[in-house]
Amino acid sequence: MGRVAKIARRTFLVGSAAVAGGVAFGVYKFVEPAPNPLNSSEGRISLNAFVIITEDGVTLVSPKAEMGQGVHTTWAALIAEELDVDWKDITVIHGPPAKAYYNSALFGMALPFKDYKVNDFQQAMREFAGNGAKLLSLQMTGGSTSMRDGFERMRLAGATAREVLKRAAGKRLGLAPDALETRDGQVIAPDGRTLSYQDVAVEAADINPPSVELRDPSTWRYLGTSLPRVDMEDKITGKAMYSIDVVLEGMKFASVRMSPRRQGMRRFDASAAKAMSGIDGVIDMGEGIAVIADNTWIAMQAVEAVDIDWEPSLYPDTTAGLMQEIEAAFDAAPNTVGRDDGTADADHPGQELLAEYSVPYLAHATMEPMNATALFTDDALSIWCGNQSPTSIQSACAQEVGFEPEQVTVTTTVMGGGFGRRGEADVAVLAARIAKKRPGVPIKLTWSREEDMRRDFYRPAAMARMRGVVNAGQPVAVDVSFAASSVILQSRARPALTPFTVEQAALSGSDPEGLSGAHDQPYQIPNYRVRGHIVPSTLPIGYWRAVGASFGGFFFDSFIDEMAHAAGRDPLAFRIDMAREEHAPSVRVLEAVGEMSNWSAARSAGRALGVGFTYSFGSPVAQVVEVVEEDGAIRIAKVWIAADVGIALDPGNIEAQLTGGCLFGLSAAVMGEVTFRDGEAEQSNFYDYDALRMGAAPAFDVQILENAPYIGGVGEIGTPPAAPALGNALFALAGKRARTLPFNQSFSFV
Amino acid sequence: MTVKLVVNGDALESASAPDTPLLWVLRDEFGLTGTKFGCGVAVCGACTVHVDGEAMRSCQLPVGDVDGAVTTIEGLSDGETLSAVQTAWVAHQVAQCGYCQAGQQMQAASLLSDNPQPTDADISAAMNGNLCRCGTYPRIRAAIHTAAAALREG
Ligand code: FES
Ligand code: FES
Repeated sequence: MGRVAKIARRTFLVGSAAVAGGVAFGVYKFVEPAPNPLNSSEGRISLNAFVIITEDGVTLVSPKAEMGQGVHTTWAALIAEELDVDWKDITVIHGPPAKAYYNSALFGMALPFKDYKVNDFQQAMREFAGNGAKLLSLQMTGGSTSMRDGFERMRLAGATAREVLKRAAGKRLGLAPDALETRDGQVIAPDGRTLSYQDVAVEAADINPPSVELRDPSTWRYLGTSLPRVDMEDKITGKAMYSIDVVLEGMKFASVRMSPRRQGMRRFDASAAKAMSGIDGVIDMGEGIAVIADNTWIAMQAVEAVDIDWEPSLYPDTTAGLMQEIEAAFDAAPNTVGRDDGTADADHPGQELLAEYSVPYLAHATMEPMNATALFTDDALSIWCGNQSPTSIQSACAQEVGFEPEQVTVTTTVMGGGFGRRGEADVAVLAARIAKKRPGVPIKLTWSREEDMRRDFYRPAAMARMRGVVNAGQPVAVDVSFAASSVILQSRARPALTPFTVEQAALSGSDPEGLSGAHDQPYQIPNYRVRGHIVPSTLPIGYWRAVGASFGGFFFDSFIDEMAHAAGRDPLAFRIDMAREEHAPSVRVLEAVGEMSNWSAARSAGRALGVGFTYSFGSPVAQVVEVVEEDGAIRIAKVWIAADVGIALDPGNIEAQLTGGCLFGLSAAVMGEVTFRDGEAEQSNFYDYDALRMGAAPAFDVQILENAPYIGGVGEIGTPPAAPALGNALFALAGKRARTLPFNQSFSFV
Repeated sequence: MTVKLVVNGDALESASAPDTPLLWVLRDEFGLTGTKFGCGVAVCGACTVHVDGEAMRSCQLPVGDVDGAVTTIEGLSDGETLSAVQTAWVAHQVAQCGYCQAGQQMQAASLLSDNPQPTDADISAAMNGNLCRCGTYPRIRAAIHTAAAALREG
């Protein structure tokens, strides 16, 4: 008995961080409890811990990676809403790799439902399918699933913890738990006596939790309001610790240069590098070299000074060759049929439209370059790495050094952007490979920006062939074929680091995700077919903000715009009509963005609007872009966004994600392109792979709607409609339809 | 041979070669990791610090050439009291991933010391070298106006 501070033996190890003097509470097993990842020194806590009550307040363990999307803040609000703790007493930390933190929403999304038509039965199925994620240890931040995943579980975690705390307090006070109230970390009796959560936490941890009812949203205090982010102050004072900032006693600094052609080296000559001062060693990494040095700058200079003869790439070594590889996939039968309403391939009376679209490879270019720190000893490996998937880092690093996963500790830090790139384990594996050569010495591996660009897992390039028929102002048919490599299939088949072979790249299977933004749009078109041709390629590709929908949305919505113009219809009204009988929340976002932008009002010469719409990650988003011609160059002046997220947990954060996601999409649409020569990416830094800057960024006006019945994703949904909205505005301005991204090949921008 | 520096008011000595960029002396030698590495070639602004109050890209500034007092993000506040720029950044909840924000704030602080009432065009011109991959520009712009007003009111 007694306050938690005295229970020093209950120290929780969360990754390598210890939360001392705490008591853990958690949400309860779904079917079978997954092993509790928070080792107490007694090893007896049987809950999946999400909440640790300590002397100073409440520590929440987030399995979700903070990439900048504000997930820790909303995660905390979900628990605090039920637990009744004061906002300022909450600390959020990243959880260690563990099965208990499985991502049920990501797994559930793989079911072949028309997402926007999800009903209660399907929602239940989706949650049930989510159990499978636990079996696969899928602890992954991506697919905009964080809030869909945490929405129920975190409130349950808070509510069950509250109820056992009340029961423990009731026992002490001799009162029934129902007679007690909770507020700001206190249990309060009717006569005014109070016990703090700390006072009763130890006893509470031994009480079997009752089943709890979640509070009605009308009583919410935190959820639904714009909360100050829990990470804001650290981030603006320079105190936030990204993995690039890890400092360990005796640490050495390393950099790498791995094959930009993704095969091995024929030979290398490191004599010039070895002659540089401050060098501690050049390491043969098999597919490249590493240098350990006194500081990161010396290491980066030295890796560039090594003379290396690379093996040629297995994939076509030019952009033209890679695009041919993509186009050739149209010759084979489609692997995926995402939708097939009516008879899209039949001859339908009306005006026929045919068009081909294409998009290039894209880099992630997270602001913080890839990095990881590793410390190898005889029987343990410690990794510090900002990442979206700690369980895969743990297993890949264990395999690299020949350990069991339990011997590998992964500490996840906040990260300077993820966008899908930090779901890959490659940089952590490289750090482990170097550290194994220097047992007992912590090695901080930092990539140069150039290495980051040439060793990315690119957003795939893609092509689309579109056929549409309109008649009497109505859409009659749309028949769509995409060709692209499959991110889902490739990332499952591809090893974390070693070169991807032709055999591994010969993927079979289907991939509805690769048709996102097209097959899943809430439109009634009598004949509506969407098919995908998977391109078997050894060029490494990966998740990217909204991946499939980032190009599928561009292809599909741009073509819908073409159909509207061919039908002689207003493009906004054309879309609203198609959605009218299919999905009311989508109609509302389209109408809202029309009202916000004063869509039907005439614009002066040299000024035009375009609308873009994409339903993705459970949320419909409409954007209207206004472009202005200024001395022969085009300025993106303004963007209006309306999005329906079902339940807006934190409107301020959602607004930031929508505008940020839109700017991410606009940057790619205006100037994003990775090209290849000699099997290597030609872009190397922000001077040749840039993004919109302050001077070119539009003003925004955002409206968040809540008509959809289920909570939708937020972090990625701002991206897909941005490119089509801009392209449609450019068409309205100039009468020229650009079907190939980036747009700066066809237009000049300020 | 050592290089003498004043960083955030502290006299420090660097044992790094004089051609080492100040960025890496701050980060790897002094452990002042608030200043960030983004590009290494002066095109992203993540590494921005002040030398005698003027914004400089520390990734392209050899430590041997530093000829004034260095201020980093760790020295922008007055102890626990946040600077006007930082206070505005909190008020507008600017940061997403936050990685670019040390550089953004150092650049903004230097803009405001030269120009107490910047227009939108002034802000665009001064901040164009500072990339933000998360797209926080609208809030940065608003926060700069807020900080400018707070500084003018004293
Ligand atoms: S790191 Fe210095 S400007 Fe990018
Ligand atoms: S806040 Fe992430 S790069 Fe600016």
